[in-house]
Amino acid sequence: MANDIDINNINSYHLDVLKEIGNIGAGNAATALAKMLDKKIDMKVPQIRVMKFSEVSDVLGGAESEVVGILLGVNGDINGNILFVLDLISARRLVNMLMGRPLNDEIEFNSMECSALQEIGNILAGSYLSSLSNLTNLRILSDIPGLAIDMAGAILSVPAIEFGKSSDTVLYIENEFTYGVDSVVGDFFLVPDEISYGRLLNALGVA
Amino acid sequence: MLEVIRVGMADLKVARHPSILTTLGLGSCVGVALYDSKNRIIGLAHIMLPSSKIATANANRAKFADTGIVDLLEQMVAIGANKNNLVAKIAGGAQMFNFAGTNETMKIGARNSEATRVVLKELNIPIISEDTGGNHGRTIEISSEDGKLMVKTIGYGVKYL
Repeated sequence: MANDIDINNINSYHLDVLKEIGNIGAGNAATALAKMLDKKIDMKVPQIRVMKFSEVSDVLGGAESEVVGILLGVNGDINGNILFVLDLISARRLVNMLMGRPLNDEIEFNSMECSALQEIGNILAGSYLSSLSNLTNLRILSDIPGLAIDMAGAILSVPAIEFGKSSDTVLYIENEFTYGVDSVVGDFFLVPDEISYGRLLNALGVA
Repeated sequence: MLEVIRVGMADLKVARHPSILTTLGLGSCVGVALYDSKNRIIGLAHIMLPSSKIATANANRAKFADTGIVDLLEQMVAIGANKNNLVAKIAGGAQMFNFAGTNETMKIGARNSEATRVVLKELNIPIISEDTGGNHGRTIEISSEDGKLMVKTIGYGVKYL
């Protein structure tokens, strides 16, 4: 049984463990992406964000900035969401690379390109979660991805709402991916619900 | 002095003329704007969940339709609004992501809108216009000048309720 761990009072040890979860999960996802595109993908040190709901919309360059969001529900022993967010230009470049097309900066996406983006989300989330599953010995599965191209605030609020029932803050384990200097920049968020957060730490022998 | 006051997610604010209240990037959350035209007092709540009764953490009353709207009304009355003058405009309650097997959580937008209507009806505050549902985000702004509610979207333009 998981101990109750209060996300409002994370100690530095827990913070390090969460960062490591982000490192391993996103590291695997970055490797999968690098293989898929045959390109070198870099990853920044993960950030653990514990935010009040009122602060959520300010992440990612403002609540109204238009982004591509690919969201997958996470279930099994862990519940929550995994969210991959790209700015429009990055999403376009990623799609073009995946489909072997010359680069352009067209920011409208047709249905096949949307499917491609969802598939990228699927593969990234799959590799993130399978490494996490191996690490913790927990059964962690993901649902079919959903795609939205809209305001960052509206997209980021979706995984936050899950938290609303049991908390007044939300925990994001965030990783930034880059390809080239700034040609593709994406953010990967693991948002476990509050119980799952404790379970994750417990499974890693931390409590 | 004209002041634009921001209302965050799970938050609420009230203001007198000539202030403007705004909330950015509503997804499945619902923005509830109340207006007293005689006293030119406005209130705006950014509702995240339908009911405080299903929650284990309900300290933040602004988060829920049932408690948030009641508090919004009280705070408006406290700064001089008359309950009998109040009218409501609501926006938001979208379903941002479309999934094959849509579960309860994903329908939260529609449930938020419905709960908001029920609470306003119980309080006898008429909803004079609304822009809810769909699958897109909204930014809204209520003016204390005339009670107009601006709804801004990406791809669906700007409209005034």
